[in-house]
Amino acid sequence: MAITKEDIERLADLARLNLTPEEIEKLTGDMETIINYSMNKLNELNTDDVQPMEHVLPVRNVFREDICEQSFDREDILKNAPEKAEGCFLVPKVVE
Amino acid sequence: MEYEVVIGLEIHAELATKSKIYCGCTTEFGGEPNTHCCPGCIGMPGALPVLNKAVVEYAIKAGLATNCEISHYSRQDRKHYFYPDLAKAYQISQCDYPLCRNGYLEIEVNGEKKKIGITRIHIEEDAGKLIHDEYGRGTFVDYNRSGVPLIEIVTEPDMRSSAEVKAFFEKLKAILEYTAVSDCKMQEGSLRADINLSVRPKGQKEFGVRTEMKNLNSIRAIVRAVEFEAKRQILELEYGGVIERETRRWDDVKGESYSMRTKEEATDYRYMPDPDLYPIYVDQEWIEQIRATIPELPDDRKKRFISELGIPEYDASIITASKPLADFFEAAAKESKNAKAISNWVMGDLMKKLNDTGLEPSDIPFAPGNLARLVSLIDENVISGKIAKQVFDIMWETGEDPADIVEKKGLKVVTDTDAIRSVIIQVISANPKSVEDYKSGKTKAMGFLIGQIMRETKGKADPQAVNRLLKEELDKL
Repeated sequence: MAITKEDIERLADLARLNLTPEEIEKLTGDMETIINYSMNKLNELNTDDVQPMEHVLPVRNVFREDICEQSFDREDILKNAPEKAEGCFLVPKVVE
Repeated sequence: MEYEVVIGLEIHAELATKSKIYCGCTTEFGGEPNTHCCPGCIGMPGALPVLNKAVVEYAIKAGLATNCEISHYSRQDRKHYFYPDLAKAYQISQCDYPLCRNGYLEIEVNGEKKKIGITRIHIEEDAGKLIHDEYGRGTFVDYNRSGVPLIEIVTEPDMRSSAEVKAFFEKLKAILEYTAVSDCKMQEGSLRADINLSVRPKGQKEFGVRTEMKNLNSIRAIVRAVEFEAKRQILELEYGGVIERETRRWDDVKGESYSMRTKEEATDYRYMPDPDLYPIYVDQEWIEQIRATIPELPDDRKKRFISELGIPEYDASIITASKPLADFFEAAAKESKNAKAISNWVMGDLMKKLNDTGLEPSDIPFAPGNLARLVSLIDENVISGKIAKQVFDIMWETGEDPADIVEKKGLKVVTDTDAIRSVIIQVISANPKSVEDYKSGKTKAMGFLIGQIMRETKGKADPQAVNRLLKEELDKL
């Protein structure tokens, strides 16, 4: 399977990564190697009767009861905020 | 050319749980910004979500009440997008394996019944609130709402008019209220709708290009947005234009929708199973346990009100559309034994008061028993119907018992024939012209005289006594 420069650019854009032309070049080659290696490996196996794995652990129905717990102090919540104002996180203006 | 409008809805309802979907923070509305938060709902690395069991149960309840199939296997997925309303840069939702599928609701518009398909109901987390600073400092983010549990109800594109959309939405809202799945407070954003709408020439099989309008938060806005957008698309096509696949914003003040930026490429949410969460298995026994908790739903209640309480079908559908209103009506009707009169008061004066004041039926400021006693006072001829309206107004203001109001304000019907007779004699002597008219056969003059007598007695005279005594006095002349 061929990976193009455009594939990498699109992925970088979706992941909000700023890549240099050199990095894009290198990643295009790397990604193609990785994908092709995995696909070849998979093709060696017969997976006809194998269900897609839903979770690494064979566990289901992990629930908590609907009970309120104490929330954190706002000071702690905002501690890591790069900027804050009026009890809120302050981020660059976004309008969708 | 004649066009057909095609509408589908995506409805988000906040669930009535006490705590959030993946952490123990409260779901309470309001509160100072960022005080209902913990590392989980502000997306701190390493914080792990654990699913609130009540969320699954509410979603299944909603599914059962809307005739859905409940999935025995269900899964939670990450939906990735970059927007600061969710700190994790993804929303936990459900993609391929929603909890409920293939439901429907039956609606009735202009006497015609129609089924509206429900494609799916899935659970997901609500996002935080963004406030765009008017002084240009940036955007303020409040994560109190982040992680409040939602169900998203997606319909088939089965609706063809704003009337059908309204009927469907009201019915769904009533069901969510009856089952107590959501408090449905639209002014607090507990229930909101996205509208997908397209138009096509009548008879054409293929759908037209659709637009989406997001987050409509009142029934009135939904109806207006549907009507505006349908008209806009038809005009666009009539003048040779094309409809763009886009998201539009509804401006409720201007009454228009306008284009937000067009999507250059289809958004790619890169859904993937959330590895922090485990699959949900729902067996039949659990489903049956939940089914057993579903109360009487609006349609059944409506039928019962018609058959047991004998109120008109129209009244029954209006009253049962709101659970608090139906509860109020039923409590009053049971106490008064004159359900028809109660229904008239509810449909008339009570609805008008609610409309005028903008209050919800859950806010009615007096007890149902007070309305029942008001009706008894009329039925027992203690007060006249006209006086009752005054008493009703005072009840609304003060919440007092109607009998106390009548006593305090001296509003009892005057049945004392001597007192009434003296007013009649007074009115007769003050209106010789009308008396003459009456004598010459103009029976209308009688009505005028009665009006004068009632005015003199401030509406308190027993109308039957007035009629009888006035006739007697006039015949004496």
